This record gives sequence, C-alpha cells and structure tokens, in this order.
Amino acid sequence: MAQASTALERRYGDTQRTDRWWLEPLLVGSGLLIFVVYSTVSGVLGEYWAFETEHGLYLSPFFEPLIHPEFLPDWFSPAILILWAPIGFRTTCYYYRRAYYRAYFLSPPACAVREPAGSYSGEGVFPFVLQNAHRWFMYVALLFIPILWNGAIRSFWLDGEGIGIGLGSVLLTVNAALLTMYTIGCHSLRHWVAGGLNQFSRTPLRRLRRRLWEIFTIANEHHRLWAWTSLIIVGVTDLYVHLVASEVVTDPNTWSGPI
Amino acid sequence: MPTAHLRVWRGTDDGEYVEYEVEYDEGMVVLDVVHRLQATQTPDLAVRWNCKAGKCGSCSAEINGKPRLQCMQRMELYPEGETITLAPLKTFPIIRDLVTNVAWNYDQARAMPELRLRPADADGNRRMAQIDIDRGQEFHKCIECYICQDVCHVIRDHPENMAGFAGPRFFVQLASIAMHPLDTNTRRATVDHGFGLDYCNITKCCTDVCPEGIHITDNAIIPLKERRVDEFHDPLRIIARKLTGRG
Repeated sequence: MAQASTALERRYGDTQRTDRWWLEPLLVGSGLLIFVVYSTVSGVLGEYWAFETEHGLYLSPFFEPLIHPEFLPDWFSPAILILWAPIGFRTTCYYYRRAYYRAYFLSPPACAVREPAGSYSGEGVFPFVLQNAHRWFMYVALLFIPILWNGAIRSFWLDGEGIGIGLGSVLLTVNAALLTMYTIGCHSLRHWVAGGLNQFSRTPLRRLRRRLWEIFTIANEHHRLWAWTSLIIVGVTDLYVHLVASEVVTDPNTWSGPI
Repeated sequence: MPTAHLRVWRGTDDGEYVEYEVEYDEGMVVLDVVHRLQATQTPDLAVRWNCKAGKCGSCSAEINGKPRLQCMQRMELYPEGETITLAPLKTFPIIRDLVTNVAWNYDQARAMPELRLRPADADGNRRMAQIDIDRGQEFHKCIECYICQDVCHVIRDHPENMAGFAGPRFFVQLASIAMHPLDTNTRRATVDHGFGLDYCNITKCCTDVCPEGIHITDNAIIPLKERRVDEFHDPLRIIARKLTGRG
C-alpha cells in the first residue's frame, strides 16, 4: 500500500528515466573526441599524406586539394589550408549541433534529464550565434564535392601504367560518395533548393526545385547516418594513405600484379 | 492476472510519490491501469483524459521519466514486476496528482500571427495546388498534447525563458503559417519577432517524443531558422541585394 517517496527532480542529472540515457551522449562524445584528436595529429602534425605521384596517386582527403606553396615553412601542414572548411561545415551542422550540445554541453545530456547550467541563452548569443554561418560553409562544401571526386577518379590512374584499381582507390571513392550523401542531406542545402518557397506549382522551374527538395529530403532523413559514415570513412581513408605511404602496409592493386 | 507496481505522484508541487499495486488484464494500457487504481484504491486520484485513442492529447504524463500519452503505452512494454513511475508534466504547474495547468500554451497560441489570405479568384474561390499543401499536412496532425513543450529543456530546466519562447508546438504552427501557399503575412515577422526561435539548440527531444511522429525539428524549426538565414545571413543573397538594391 501507500509508501512515501522522493520529490520531483530538481538537480542536475535528476530524472525518473530507467533506461541507459547516458549511453548515447557517452558514445557520441567519445566518437567525436577520438576523431578530433586523430585528425589533429594526422592532418597537422603527421607526415606521409600522399602516395606515389607528384600530387599523390592516393592523396589523403585531409589534404585534397593539395595546396603547398613554396613560401610556406616546412612545419606548416597543407591540411591547415583545407581542414577549416569541413570542420566549419560539420561544427555548424544541425546534426552535429544536436550531438555535441548533448554530449559536451549537457544541454540537455538526454531528453527529460535535468541539465547542469543555471541559465540558458540558446543560439542567439556569441559564440553560438555563429551557427548561422552554416550556409556559408555549405557553399564551400559544395565546392569540395567535385574536388574529392576528382581525387577519387585520379586514384584509378597511375602515370606510365594507365588505368587500374587498388584498395586505396576504393576507399577514396567510397569517401567521396559518402561525403556527397552527407552534403546533399544537409538541412541548409535542402532548404536552399526549394524550402523557402511556398508555391511550388507556379512555374516549371519551381516544380523542378520541389522535385530536387524531395530528393534531398530522402538523404536528409538519414543525415545522422551520413554524418557518421562520412566521418569514419574520411578518417579510415586518411589512416590508410598514411600506412601505405609510410610503407607499413602494401596497397593491393592491379598495377603491382594480380590482386 | 499480472500485477503492476505503480509509483504515482500525489499532491501538488510539494507532493510525493506513493506506491500502489494494481492487478491488470492483458492488453491494457497505462491509462487503463490508472483508471483501475482510481476505481479500486484511490477515488480521489486526479487524471485528465478523454478519447483513450491517442487523438485528444489529454492524458499526457511522464511514464518512467519519459513524456508520453498514457493511453498509448501498452503494459506489455514494461516487464512484470518493474516499478512504473507516473508523474505529471513537470514543465507546467501541477494542479493535483497527474493533472497540470497548461494555460501557458494557450497564451502562446493567442500570440501566433494570423493567416492573411490573398484575395479570392474571380469566382469567389481560393485555390491551392496539392503540391503546395503537401508539406503542411504533417503539421496539421498535431493533437496539442504539449508533450513536446514539456520535454523542451529551454523551459523545462529554465522556466524563466517561458516569457520569450513559444516552444516546439508553436514553431510547428508558425511553420504551417509561414509555408501556407495563400498567406500574405510578412515572412520576416513570422520568423523574427518574439517567438524565441534562437533558444532552440536542435537537440530534437520534441521530435523524439511526438506521439504523432511529426518531424518537428527537421521540418518546422530548422526550416524557420533557415528562412531567417535567407533574410539575414546568406552571403549570396546579401551580395544579390547589394547589387540589385532590393531589401
């Protein structure tokens, strides 16, 4: 029969949830941390980012396109000239915002779990107001898609040997494909093609834009999937190029003989 | 007959959880068990309900800490012997037991901008193409259960923000108005004034709990934020406005 119990939760972390609500922010926070540490070490401090040709048969996607003017000092990694764009695109991405607000800012750590902050101002104040720059980074990300596909296609060609295929070619192609899916699933791009319209039926061009919106919506519905798979594959591809270029592993490919 | 172990909030803000054991039948939902508890042990237990079909939005409560409709949670979801904790929506003032005062939401509804329809055609009719209204159909599924409002941390953990924040349910309504093919109300007013869109940090709890499966964040809140980006932050539009002298 009746027994007295505790009052409604009022402190950080208080919740009546009985599931493992802490697991998702823990996994997401750990995954993002691992990637940030790896990409910093690999892109900024690492060596062996290209393999085989002048511009690399396999060029790590962290360095694509290769910008390496001679006036820069040796310690300056060309990746620094590239990585600001994907970092900015992902940092302001609506999916990643959900992920790191929950995992790192605990705002909230999970639904219906009390957050620690005593006050909350949202995205209307500095520095979070900078999230509005996502549209800018989206335009830059659109430029990177053909650049990454160019790198992928280039990896199927070896000077003096001609067309072939190696494991690195496959990884670079999958990387370009997943980054394409991540980009066309972007909320900002989806809005940009037709989301701001209210009357799609008025002209044929508007109907075409509506069709594009529908296609991008299919990718957008799985934005989290594309965000994670494209993040993982770009790290794996970079690691693979490092390992091949530093001769730790040998790339299985058709140029060296039958695979 | 299986027995449910219930832990139910009794009283107002300074109330307490009280534990009960209630026998229930196969196929029952949580609301059925609450009604049996009310009928057999606690006739003074306050619980708001109406349709028992997940369409009126009256029986919203927090079940094991998650905002839910009591009438849509089958007892099979909870292993027999597990204690089921039932609490009122914690964002709103408690009237008594499982009933809260959700009048703040009615204030937000009154503050919504009105739909200003364009003039009718010559025959007196206003016509909309199906392709133009498909997108808004999703928003009309809202049953106003206010579960999304309850789970939103902007006001749940920071009630001081209630003064300048409409909440996810009303962002859905704003999106419905903003995207209406016949509306002539100014878009800038819709997205920019006083509704607290900036408070939303896209953590998607509203979407996670919506019993109607409305993609509140992806299809209402983010598009509203993006409309504001169109107005104020899009570099290409800014350049175009400078060149054309518009806006």
